[in-house]
Amino acid sequence: MKARVTVTLKTGILDPQGKAIEGALRSLGVAGVASVRQGKVFDIEIEGSDPAKAEALLRQAADKLLANTVIENYRVEVLG
Amino acid sequence: MKAAVVVFPGINRERDMARTLALVSGSDPAMVWHADTALPAGTDLVVIPGGFSYGDYLRCGAIAARAPIMEAIRSHAEKGGLVLAVCNGFQIACEAGLLPGVLMRNAQLKFICRDIFLKVERSDTPFTRGYNAGQVIRVPTAHGEGNYTADAETVARLEGEGRVIFRYVAPDGTLDPAANINGSTNAIAGIVNERGNVLGMMPHPENHVEASIGITDGRGLFAGLAEALARAA
Repeated sequence: MKARVTVTLKTGILDPQGKAIEGALRSLGVAGVASVRQGKVFDIEIEGSDPAKAEALLRQAADKLLANTVIENYRVEVLG
Repeated sequence: MKAAVVVFPGINRERDMARTLALVSGSDPAMVWHADTALPAGTDLVVIPGGFSYGDYLRCGAIAARAPIMEAIRSHAEKGGLVLAVCNGFQIACEAGLLPGVLMRNAQLKFICRDIFLKVERSDTPFTRGYNAGQVIRVPTAHGEGNYTADAETVARLEGEGRVIFRYVAPDGTLDPAANINGSTNAIAGIVNERGNVLGMMPHPENHVEASIGITDGRGLFAGLAEALARAA
């Protein structure tokens, strides 16, 4: 099964990289960008075919390693 | 002093640290591999040195923080054993939950490699007994992710409990936004855990201990540690 974990910074956490990207987009003339926050995407292949099990496994992976929950939120998706 | 320096793949300051420990305490530290599951018997100080463990992949210190040796370090700390975590070591200690908060990308997005000034907030810890409270020391720094961040409640606790040990200051010891090189909350450069036996700091005191370098402001930390451990023994 294909799955995806998306890790994003919590609201209120300063994201200097996002700010720099935001500035670069502006200087490139990409109009209309109000703000940018940078995050991470993990595409993961899961063994087996039980979506509930897969989701539990992904949450465990995110809690144990993929996200630092002091500053980051995560979202898990089983894509099938 | 029976020190152990932990070595992770990608760490590069372990020899500077070992040299300093040997110089100041008179005995060579043990070098402990990340895949080991136990510290040498009688270890009284664990040092997590600086560098770029696992190439800073995922988040600085994130992968090293889950290495097998970390369980032994955790139990050493729980028994009251001293842990000194410098630079990448500080990042590893935060990721491992030995210290609260996280070191984020420097606010200016630049890797900073130069001498800076630190105010020693307290002298009544095993790490700072070699200094006077309020003393300003000059030590090198070299990091891209040293911007200390924690939630407001955690920061309030750190401040309220006197757990901020080092702060980035101007050479005369005053707080100056320009001296807070990486944008850390409250200019925090070093903190201790609740029990006071785990210190994490971004700058490198181990590189300013020899007269031939010209500045020996880092020596007090190691000399103080050696003295504290000798007294405890």
